[in-house]
Amino acid sequence: MRHRFERVTRRRFLKDTARAASALALSAWGLEAGRKASDAQELTFPVERGASLRVLRWSQFVTTDRPIFEENAARFTQRTGVPVRVEYETWTDVQPKAAAAANVGSGPDIVIGFFDEPHLWADKLVPVTDLAQYLGRKYGGWFDVCPQYGYSPQRNAWIAIPIGAPGVALNYRISWVREAGFDPDPARFPKTTDDFLRLCRALKARGHPTGFALGKAVGDGNTWVHWCLWAFGGRAVAPDNRTITINSPETANALEYARALYETMIPGVAGWLDPHNNRAFLAGEVSLTNNGISIYFAAKNDFPEIARDMNHAFFPVGPVGRPTELHLFSQAYIFNYTRYPNAAKEFLRWIMEDTQYGRWINGMLGYVSHPLKAYTDLAVWRADPKHLPFRDAVARMLPHSYAGRPGPEAARALAEFVIVDMFADACTGRRSVRDAIRAAEDRLRRIYRS
Amino acid sequence: MDRLEASLPRVAARRAAAGSLLENRDALGWAMVAPALFLLGAFLAYPFLLGVWLSFTDSRIANPGRFVGLENFRYLVGDGVFRLAVLNTLLYAGVAVVLKFVLGFALALLVDREFRGKRFVRAAMLLPWIVPTSLSALVFYWIYDSQFSVLTWVLRAVGLVDRSVNYLGDPNLARASLIAANVWRGVPFFAIGLLAGLQTVPRELYEAAAMDGAGPWARFRWITWPLLVPVAVVVTVFSTIMTVGDFQLIWIVTKGGPANATHLFGTLAYQRAVQGGFLGEGAAVAVFVLPVLVACVALAYRALRRED
Repeated sequence: MRHRFERVTRRRFLKDTARAASALALSAWGLEAGRKASDAQELTFPVERGASLRVLRWSQFVTTDRPIFEENAARFTQRTGVPVRVEYETWTDVQPKAAAAANVGSGPDIVIGFFDEPHLWADKLVPVTDLAQYLGRKYGGWFDVCPQYGYSPQRNAWIAIPIGAPGVALNYRISWVREAGFDPDPARFPKTTDDFLRLCRALKARGHPTGFALGKAVGDGNTWVHWCLWAFGGRAVAPDNRTITINSPETANALEYARALYETMIPGVAGWLDPHNNRAFLAGEVSLTNNGISIYFAAKNDFPEIARDMNHAFFPVGPVGRPTELHLFSQAYIFNYTRYPNAAKEFLRWIMEDTQYGRWINGMLGYVSHPLKAYTDLAVWRADPKHLPFRDAVARMLPHSYAGRPGPEAARALAEFVIVDMFADACTGRRSVRDAIRAAEDRLRRIYRS
Repeated sequence: MDRLEASLPRVAARRAAAGSLLENRDALGWAMVAPALFLLGAFLAYPFLLGVWLSFTDSRIANPGRFVGLENFRYLVGDGVFRLAVLNTLLYAGVAVVLKFVLGFALALLVDREFRGKRFVRAAMLLPWIVPTSLSALVFYWIYDSQFSVLTWVLRAVGLVDRSVNYLGDPNLARASLIAANVWRGVPFFAIGLLAGLQTVPRELYEAAAMDGAGPWARFRWITWPLLVPVAVVVTVFSTIMTVGDFQLIWIVTKGGPANATHLFGTLAYQRAVQGGFLGEGAAVAVFVLPVLVACVALAYRALRRED
């Protein structure tokens, strides 16, 4: 830490005045983060003559997302003369499309996808180290998980720009939690796995079961089982990304805990896909589940009495003593077949700058959590106290490949639901804890060996 | 002007060459089938051969990989999930095709009779077959919902169950549910195919048999069935091929879950090749189904020849 006693020079005065003015201007968007903007050296990429861009991204989760994103793109076009065509796919379908593009060397210039995607075709991407470093410098640095997803040791460069993460939190009914004898205030919501289990049991005993997906639910299934596994110290693979470490007492503890939790769940969760828990929660069939902020949106629109009676909380911390959450991490990357790499980088810079990014994230009403620390003060996180647990999603998360690194093997393990199936097997009793772990170990061995 | 005069003989020669080409039956034949050959080659043969080739490589997305011989197949044989998918496929196709055949045959015999509104009934029974599979799969996704199933609601209303039925959460129930959905969708195919076969049976044969004192069973056993066998074989084979290759229904309703209990060749191949990125292994999963399909095609071919 440096303590400086500086003279107030004219330059310093002008600089501070400009900083204050920009902070005031940006506060209209709730962008106090902008205060730090003038601290960093500006960066622009000279766009190629006649450039145009195709962007493939996930479909909007909330209706306000698309208009703002396209408005940002239109303003980019006005500023640079580069036309931008944005194409949308359901979030689970972005990867197949990007895979086809990577394979044939033709398609969108920029893809905004999820998880390991850039690492599946790392050598087909334009390095974006300069842009990543610039954004990190300018906006208070990236959260710890970001370089793990964005940086490629194979390329020795950043190959993707983290965009953010649709966060997942515990969604619960306030009145039922109170009825079960617990304080529904998110600040006093059970913070340890033991207390959490006690709450779930109390809810079930009062006829309000919980519900956590154990089917092939890409988002809801993966997020809670990985949290549970890591909370007890279990992990699929060692940091060497080679040694399979799933067969451990910690994993067994996690599965035993999940079995106890399963007893508090509503019947049918073994077949649940992603939408099931939303419907069950809104129908009042379950009192507690894990989800993004979408249930709250739907409730605000169609079931205001449920919106008033629900809140969100962080996942509790397990014996490892720190947050072990998994969220759906999104990042943007540029294929190297593009004829306009500078235009593509300039576009990514443009959408990540505070004015554009702030509007976009604020407009998504808390669905996506930011990857850059300076955006922690965005207006959306102060607009409604019920948004707050989603704010820190990226800050609290681990990569799905933990303790290994993102790449083809981790992508495959996630795509094959290895961890979800292990939990489903153990919870439903199809396999003993021991056999469920062995089956997962066998599959992980094959995946990481190949 | 000179140039025009000089070019005239060349134009005439070209026309003569084109004329002689049209006169040549072989050349004309090839020219006529060339577009079809091109389409078949580009959109059928090439992808098929590429798929077979990929199954012998360790290709990943964006990485052409190298030839690994039978490694993918060896790997799959030892893979519990793949073995489960094989069993699922055999069970799914076996049970569904038999049920579709029996129900389709019964329906065909029923609508082969004369009754009022026959045409309407025949058209209506095609509906499950006409509705896009993705749409009917979405309907079944709701019908089998663990909390909001209309089926459960009816069963509760008539007092057969007193709690929600876990259609897609229990492996065996999930398999049975998907088979039922497939049967619902596939019965019209059998019914229409077999009805067409029934219509070709000469009525005189039935009249002659009736005069000889043959009862309904004897007429069915000695007239209807023997004449229907070729059509029945063809319809069954086609249905088997389509059932073994089913994808949409499974993917929309269960995505292969719970815990891989409903994975078929198609869904597992997609999961591994496209979602997991292991193109070679995914292709090998798909290629494993080839012997089944080839046997089906051989059967159909034989039946068709016998029909000729």
